Amino acid sequence: MPYTQTNVDALLPLPAATFHILIALAKEDRHGYAVIQDVEQRTGGEIRLSAGTLYRSIQRMLEQGLLRETRDRPAPELDDERRRYYRITPFGEAVARAEARRMAELVKMARAQGLVLGKV
Amino acid sequence: MRFYSALLHLYPASFRAEYGEEMRSIVAARRRETKGTIARLVLWVDTTLEVVGNAIAVHWDILRQDLRFTARTLTRSPGFALTAILVTALGIGANTAAFSVADFVMLRQLPYAGADRLVKLWEAPPGGTNQVSAPVYREWKTAKSFEAMAAYHGSAFNLVGQGDPQRLAGSAVTADLLPMLGVRPMLGRFFNASEAAEGNTGPVVLSYHVWETQFGSDPDIVGRPILLDGSPRVVIGVMPNDFHFPTREVAVWTLIGVDELREDDVDNTWWEVIGKLRPGVSREQAAAEMDLIGRRLQQKYPEQLEDVGVFVNPLRADFSDQSRLLLLALSGAAACVLLIACANLANLLLARGLTRRKEILVRTALGAGRERLVRQSMTESFVLAALGGVLGVAVAYAALPLLTRLVPTTLPVSDAPSIDPRVLVFAAVLTALTGIAFGALPAWRSAARLDLGGLHDGARSGGGRREWARSALVTAEVMASVVLLISAGLLMRALLRIQSVDPGFKTERVLILHTALTGARYDTATHRNPFYQNVLEGVRAVPGVASAAYITAVPIELQGGVWSVFPEGQATTRGQAKNATSRFVTPGYFETLGIPIRRGRDVSDTDEPGQPRVAVVSESFAKRYWPNEDPIGRRFGFPDTVRRTVVGVVGDVRMRGPDRVSEPQVYLAYKQIEDDQDVYRPKDLVIRSSVPPTTLIPAVRRIVRQADPQQPISNIKTMSAIVSDVTAARSVQVRVLVAFAAVAFLLAAIGIHGLLSFTVSSRRHEIGVRMALGAQRSQIVYLIMRQGFLLAAVGVVPGMFIAYAAGRAMQSLLAGVEPADTITFIGAGALCLVMTLVGSLVPTLRAARVDPATAFRADT
Repeated sequence: MPYTQTNVDALLPLPAATFHILIALAKEDRHGYAVIQDVEQRTGGEIRLSAGTLYRSIQRMLEQGLLRETRDRPAPELDDERRRYYRITPFGEAVARAEARRMAELVKMARAQGLVLGKV
Repeated sequence: MRFYSALLHLYPASFRAEYGEEMRSIVAARRRETKGTIARLVLWVDTTLEVVGNAIAVHWDILRQDLRFTARTLTRSPGFALTAILVTALGIGANTAAFSVADFVMLRQLPYAGADRLVKLWEAPPGGTNQVSAPVYREWKTAKSFEAMAAYHGSAFNLVGQGDPQRLAGSAVTADLLPMLGVRPMLGRFFNASEAAEGNTGPVVLSYHVWETQFGSDPDIVGRPILLDGSPRVVIGVMPNDFHFPTREVAVWTLIGVDELREDDVDNTWWEVIGKLRPGVSREQAAAEMDLIGRRLQQKYPEQLEDVGVFVNPLRADFSDQSRLLLLALSGAAACVLLIACANLANLLLARGLTRRKEILVRTALGAGRERLVRQSMTESFVLAALGGVLGVAVAYAALPLLTRLVPTTLPVSDAPSIDPRVLVFAAVLTALTGIAFGALPAWRSAARLDLGGLHDGARSGGGRREWARSALVTAEVMASVVLLISAGLLMRALLRIQSVDPGFKTERVLILHTALTGARYDTATHRNPFYQNVLEGVRAVPGVASAAYITAVPIELQGGVWSVFPEGQATTRGQAKNATSRFVTPGYFETLGIPIRRGRDVSDTDEPGQPRVAVVSESFAKRYWPNEDPIGRRFGFPDTVRRTVVGVVGDVRMRGPDRVSEPQVYLAYKQIEDDQDVYRPKDLVIRSSVPPTTLIPAVRRIVRQADPQQPISNIKTMSAIVSDVTAARSVQVRVLVAFAAVAFLLAAIGIHGLLSFTVSSRRHEIGVRMALGAQRSQIVYLIMRQGFLLAAVGVVPGMFIAYAAGRAMQSLLAGVEPADTITFIGAGALCLVMTLVGSLVPTLRAARVDPATAFRADT
């Protein structure tokens, strides 16, 4: 999908769930449950997406072009054919990157005011 | 898991179909991971809350999407959007306005305690209702069905000593009236029964309005005497601002005196009676008991009360009876307009759905399920309906001042109908229903179309069931508009008939002023007659005055005053009542109102009390009692037994207004009135002028003040206003109905046009083939016109039957015009012909111009 900076900026700031899903899909395609597990692992069990939140987010992200469903599937012995796999799009990557940058800027500003202690 | 599957139904079907399976497997995995009963319980509570929250969010997402999509499609076709919104606005506006008035007049509770248990009681001779006499009231009061019963009758007073003399409307009541209505005085107290002994000198209670305007809201008014009709009466209370009974005009309440209460004359029927049913007693039960009491009275007074029953009417209905039918007709007409509007919009949407089939196909290919399509389509209808609804409320708001004239003046409520929360809720519900009504069929169709398949290019849409649905809608429109056209036509004919009735007198440039002449001062002829002479001489000398006279009361303003008459040499029996409307007049009355003197003479100043009693009678009087005889010199009596000799015959007058039948009339000489006949004293000053009558008012006021400085002038009106007031509510109704009918007519024509246009464009190919095979243009024209006329005919015929039934239902409004009035039906039929022709014209021309070559080319 062709994208412009304007399109990217229009989506910021991202809802937390959306950002987590993008991060979970950044390196590999995953099915829904795998996304939930990845987010849970990465956050040390702090964030546990519910099925509803996940698929509502996925539906919106598909419409926004942040993700797409992929037909590439794992080896048949590992696959459950009911599952759908999602892949981040270049646009999704750009948006995730822009969101990360936005957050980093914020942290920088907070640090300048002595609000951030130690190294993050 | 079954519970979770059920919960998933909170999501839109499309979402469920897409993700339900995976969501179930995730929740199942979670459940497997969770150990322990409490942990599982927490998981379920969590899951339930999560599903509810997310389902709302998903619905909201879709709604936003659909709204955005709707906004795009509507702005892309603004003509369509505007038409749909305007049509809806007309429909909803008409109904909202009609509802606000109908609700105000017929539905809303009266502002009295236990208002739903209040009933009005009438004497009920065959075919009518009468007010009540004292002895009958006393008998009625023994009824057990009522918690309380009270009587009242009208009165009026001259108030002097507070600025200009004022004429105040009053009501004499029994002491139990106010407690029964559950209203407390704002200041002081209401009457107690013992005060009835004081009769005409007893205390009075004032209305808020008169307390405010005449007594400067004096907080110490209670206990103060005021001068009513020349005698001092003590004010014991002031009623709250929003209290009105029995009418809005009443300014003073007095107590019905003990003499009056004890009166024995069963013929003296002028009391009104209201009762409050005991809790749990139905109106039917009360009516049954009153029926028994009525029978007892019939036995007691076999002569006077033969066949007289009792009518128990809910108070609410009693106040609004005169407007009920008008308002029902109006509401029915408004409903017709909305029905037509919905049919029209459904048709527009159906047609547009067909032209948008490719877009729908594309959306389906992109994965939009049937539910999403229906939902999208319904969202669009609701948006259109909502915009139309908002505009409709504005339409209603604008129409209200006109419709307020349909509120009867007898309603004891001061404010006018308004667009209040109640009406807004009605409008909102109506808007939602409208959205469903015109959106459901097209939405269902757009989804059903998915099944039809075959949407390849060149597939011709229309035909078959779809066209059947659209034809049915157009037929319904035609039918409803026929009903409206005929109803409006019948009522218009009735109005014209009434307006063209000759009332028997001239109305142009006639001014009426009321001088009440009450009080001891005017009880003797020696005071009265000089007053008449001074005023009349003075007025006749005013430049521009052609003639002037006094009469008891001008026609229409007073419709009662009907006396039994006993023509000499004719036996009378009850049941063949011989009666006449009786009035006392000064010389010159007939000339002033332009009533022709057919034979004999006018009354004259020389018809003194000592002279033989004379009477001028109307032609109908002479004809009824002395058919084919010379009435001059004949004699007749009233119940007072004094014989009157007929000295003149004048033209008939419609005393009860142009829409009603009158009793024959008798005019008596003003000097030959008895001193105690104060009700019949000439009080209306009638002036005929050669200048605009209202310019005379200051001069007349001055003359009356010179004759008697304490004499108030009230009810200044022109005779033409009095006559046109009779038909005011009717003419408003007719105007509104004609407007409705015009809208309906237009919408139905548009409906025919839309359907035929669609037929022509979808049958281009077929028309091309026919032409290529040698069909004449006239045959093509016939083909299309035939469809138009078939549609119209199928709607017109049942429409006429329904209109006839509607006409029968409102026959009492038709002033003698038949519900099957030929002219109206032929006129409506002709208009439908025009409507069909106009609606078919453009599509037919387009069909006739189809070029076979291009028709084929477009299709390949």
